[in-house]
Amino acid sequence: MKEFSVFDIIGPRMVGPSSSHTAGAVRIGLVVHKLLNGERLKEVRLTLYGSFAETGFGHGTDRALLAGVLGVEPDDSRVRFSMLLARSENIWVEINKGDEEMDHPNTAKIYARTVSGREFTVVGKSVGGGNVEIVGINGMDVSFTGDYPTLIAFYTDVPGVISKVTAILAREHINVAFMKVFRSAKRSEACMVIETDVPVPDASIELIQKEVEGIEEICTV
Amino acid sequence: MKYAFSTGEELISLCEAEQITIAEVMIRHQLEIDERSREDIVNEMFENLMTMQRSVSIGFDENQQTMTGNAGDNAEKLLAFAENANMGYDMARICAAALAVTEVNASMGKIVAAPTAGSSGVLPAVLIMCSEKRGFTDQDLVNGLFAAGAVGIIIAKNASISGAEGGCQAEIGSAAAMAAAALAELCGASPKAALDAAAIAIKNILGLVCDPVAGLVECPCIKRNAMGAANAVLCADMALAGITSIIPFDEVVSAMKSVGKMMNSDLRETAKGGLAVTPTGLEIAQRINLEG
Repeated sequence: MKEFSVFDIIGPRMVGPSSSHTAGAVRIGLVVHKLLNGERLKEVRLTLYGSFAETGFGHGTDRALLAGVLGVEPDDSRVRFSMLLARSENIWVEINKGDEEMDHPNTAKIYARTVSGREFTVVGKSVGGGNVEIVGINGMDVSFTGDYPTLIAFYTDVPGVISKVTAILAREHINVAFMKVFRSAKRSEACMVIETDVPVPDASIELIQKEVEGIEEICTV
Repeated sequence: MKYAFSTGEELISLCEAEQITIAEVMIRHQLEIDERSREDIVNEMFENLMTMQRSVSIGFDENQQTMTGNAGDNAEKLLAFAENANMGYDMARICAAALAVTEVNASMGKIVAAPTAGSSGVLPAVLIMCSEKRGFTDQDLVNGLFAAGAVGIIIAKNASISGAEGGCQAEIGSAAAMAAAALAELCGASPKAALDAAAIAIKNILGLVCDPVAGLVECPCIKRNAMGAANAVLCADMALAGITSIIPFDEVVSAMKSVGKMMNSDLRETAKGGLAVTPTGLEIAQRINLEG
């Protein structure tokens, strides 16, 4: 039986009206915000699926997703004004309803492009009580919650990459809580998702980029 | 873990063994699973209390613009009518506070889920509005929130606090049970009597379905929060008067779980049954979707 925290019951503090359709949506957006690492945005495209598409307008799901992308937290009263915030920062925002069948009714896809041209496409689902699961990044199927500091590395799938990365983390005294690897096809693009107890410092990320051959892109959430 | 509990019976024996309140057991158990200090945990709950207090006053002071535009000023209306209310001034103000918080929630304002956003009005309304008359301090109210949390945890473990799983009984029923026990304990009830209050509160709305119009946390959720607050106060008073629950708390929680399982999924937050599919409910849903 799950050991509940009292704050699972009295909490979270959040902007309404729905923990799954509003607070969870903000948290999916926040994953994109963290991936962008503070870079200025040019364009955001949101696609709402399932129940998000059906009742998302009334729950402010679209505004909540956008608020997260802009770095606004689920308990920040500015969530409802995210469209205005985006406009004031000259960010192009597009909202669509997707009719594809998703495996979870509360699913959203967020495409974000920065002024410098960096792009991310993130697919996330809101699984209840404000908890979320990220299931896709840039076309790669992944799975993580964003509850822990998360390191995501895209690399060419050759033997030895994983052990080199974890060796560096061990050397830097960073404890790995969970680790998963994903790939699109044999010996091609792969992705490792490492959830750690403490955030991985920038210096360690640079080390990984410098020392491990095959790492194409590395980012943190 | 010395202070872990999964049932009402376990909670009561922990209280009786050390002669401590439900709130104190909850705090001690939280210390066992939370890395933070007692002071930090209490402060975190105080933060929740302050957000609750703010949501009551914002709901009273400002007209809220809810998503459908069908609600938003109900709290002010009932508050203004409190002097003439048949249910009495105090009860009218408690119910108005529940409307206030839920209207803030429905207009994307800030609330504390307790246990959910849709049932966020019950607990703050009961504790905060009763504090005026009873002279509860903020420290008392924080303890009340811990006691409420303990009751919520037992329900979450043995039944559900989600409308999608258990219908409205799992949301407003749980919130009312939590508030009833917390108020009773703050007024000096024994842990057993506090859980009797919680048991009666669930019994009173056992079987209530979750049938939100247009799938939104608005109609009938806002008014059901007012009903939940009234139910909680009634049950706390019955327990304080010495009335007991014929069916023990743990058995009531099991009954709530099995009733939730028997409930057709159309009546569990899917907006496919009940009020959601009345002609007016469908018309509202269609209007919202056109706007979206």
